[in-house]
Amino acid sequence: MMIEMRAIRKVYDTGRVAVEALKGVDLDIDRNEYVAIVGPSGSGKSTLMNLLGCLDTPTSGLYRLSGEAVGGLDRNRLAEIRNRHVGFVFQNFNLLPYASALENVELPLLFGGVGAKERRARASAMLDKVGLADRMDHKPSELSGGQMQRVAIARALVNRPSLVLADEPTGNLDTSSGQGIVGLFRELHAAGQTIVMITHDMALARLASRVVQIRDGEIVEDQAAAA
Amino acid sequence: MRLVRAELALVWRLFRADLAHQKKRILLTVIAIGWGTLSIVLLLSFGEGLKRSLGKGARGMGEGIAVVWPGATTRAFMGLPSGRPVRPREEDVELLRRTVPEIGAISLEYNREAPIAVSGKSRNVHLCGVEPDFGDMRNMVARQGGRFINPRDMVEKRRVAFLGDELARDLFGSEEVVGRTLQISQSTFTVVGVMQKKLQMGMYGGPDRSHALIPATTYKAMYTDAKIDNLIFKAVDLSQHDVAKAEFYRVMGRKYHFDPEDTRSLGMWDTTEMQRINANVGLGIQIFLGIIGGLTLLVGGMGVANIMYAVVKERTREIGVKMALGAKPRQLMLPFVSEALLMTVIGGAVGTTVSLLLIFGIAALPLKGDAFDLMGRPTFSPAVAVATAAILGTIGTLAGFFPARRAASVNPAVSLRYE
Repeated sequence: MMIEMRAIRKVYDTGRVAVEALKGVDLDIDRNEYVAIVGPSGSGKSTLMNLLGCLDTPTSGLYRLSGEAVGGLDRNRLAEIRNRHVGFVFQNFNLLPYASALENVELPLLFGGVGAKERRARASAMLDKVGLADRMDHKPSELSGGQMQRVAIARALVNRPSLVLADEPTGNLDTSSGQGIVGLFRELHAAGQTIVMITHDMALARLASRVVQIRDGEIVEDQAAAA
Repeated sequence: MRLVRAELALVWRLFRADLAHQKKRILLTVIAIGWGTLSIVLLLSFGEGLKRSLGKGARGMGEGIAVVWPGATTRAFMGLPSGRPVRPREEDVELLRRTVPEIGAISLEYNREAPIAVSGKSRNVHLCGVEPDFGDMRNMVARQGGRFINPRDMVEKRRVAFLGDELARDLFGSEEVVGRTLQISQSTFTVVGVMQKKLQMGMYGGPDRSHALIPATTYKAMYTDAKIDNLIFKAVDLSQHDVAKAEFYRVMGRKYHFDPEDTRSLGMWDTTEMQRINANVGLGIQIFLGIIGGLTLLVGGMGVANIMYAVVKERTREIGVKMALGAKPRQLMLPFVSEALLMTVIGGAVGTTVSLLLIFGIAALPLKGDAFDLMGRPTFSPAVAVATAAILGTIGTLAGFFPARRAASVNPAVSLRYE
């Protein structure tokens, strides 16, 4: 099992009131699944994504990623897990503006301690794979939105993560660029990549192999897509 | 190491990106660091110059010498009462040379006020009768073309004189002095040397620059009732100084029947003590000036920290992204610390360059006078360079460290949402 979540609770203590964002979530995701997590804003899906990506820790409950229990790990160990196991794709791309496409893709390898030569080779191969072989030395400001998201996907994939975690990956793109990105995800899934996508767009969600609906901090529906 | 190198390339680009964003703030900060460096380098250099001239002034009278003068016993000894005067005699010089091997050089000294006349004009001058070792011990070095009193002058009781530089100028004007004659108490003497100008802070009987010196034997022949006024001696080596002193009192005490512990029987001025005090005073002044400079630099360091806090805030989202990509706290902090250090190093380099120009500029100015002699010239020494670099490095690292630690402690889930 790639992901095992048992009775996960997350409470934000804002001082006067404690907000319970997740009220006991159980979720299993297998290797090579393509899961869409949908829900309206405020439903707790962002919180769920932060926990899945080890950016935050649950208030209570058990979370195992690739067989490793994540609770109680220190910051260095969590950083390592994010580095090796999780590839993030964000709605607003989150590329470093002063670095070239190639350097952006190299970053996870840099943090993972990979040597310069191998880093360069792997990053450029990955940019090639997402169709940006001719844009490697461009700064993000010199790229279109679709191209920036492809750079971000290359960055997410470069360290061969167990899990790609995408948060509204087409939210800032026009329709045709968005379709290109969706197509890319499908290809990745076909090649065996496990993908979890957070979205509020049901049309997008239906392209996944499984749709998990969340509302008020609880999973209300979990079914294989019609596809 | 690999990581450091790759990151440093990014740091440089980050710095340029920040420079574009915060041009004025970074410029002002670099100026503040430059100013702090300037003040610390200048103050430390002035301190160094002052310390050196203090040392030179202390050495002016003589290095590691003891000057002895007649005294009186202060306690009864071997049945003799206290208050009994003790005065060394001529033959004691030979006795001490023979019995105290720790004494490397020794000279007696007679002195009195004597009339000296050149071409009919006469004046009263402090006249000393001394032995050849006196010159080296008392740091009285002959100017080019002259010499100090030598052993043959002593043996032959020659009528030769060695003059202080100021006295020579007063008597003869600026003309060539060696070989000229003058009258001392109506006897004709030939000038064999003039003292090189020196900075002298300790003195007895006035500064050496206004003294006239003649061989002790000549002096005794002229003034037959002369009695020894001083004995000056120096140990073979500074490490033997205390032994030589103790031996001196032991030998003299046995001869003149006083307690060797009763050091006021023969008064003594030990210049090594003055040198020790001077070295401490110099160091104290330098530390004081260094602290003032360091505080100025600290203000600059706070500017750097201030900017780095702003930069950390500005890059909150970037920090979150890096965390999501798996950067460890250490890897997150490095760019911020490096950037702060970079600013400090640039400011430090600018400040050091300007202060070196100033130091060399001041050195080139023709400043004259006792005050300037004593103050010395600001001197940039390796110690000053090391101190400045250490202070700059510490301040730069600290100014980067605290903002960086803040950056590394943010919650990635929160910082990714930061706009």
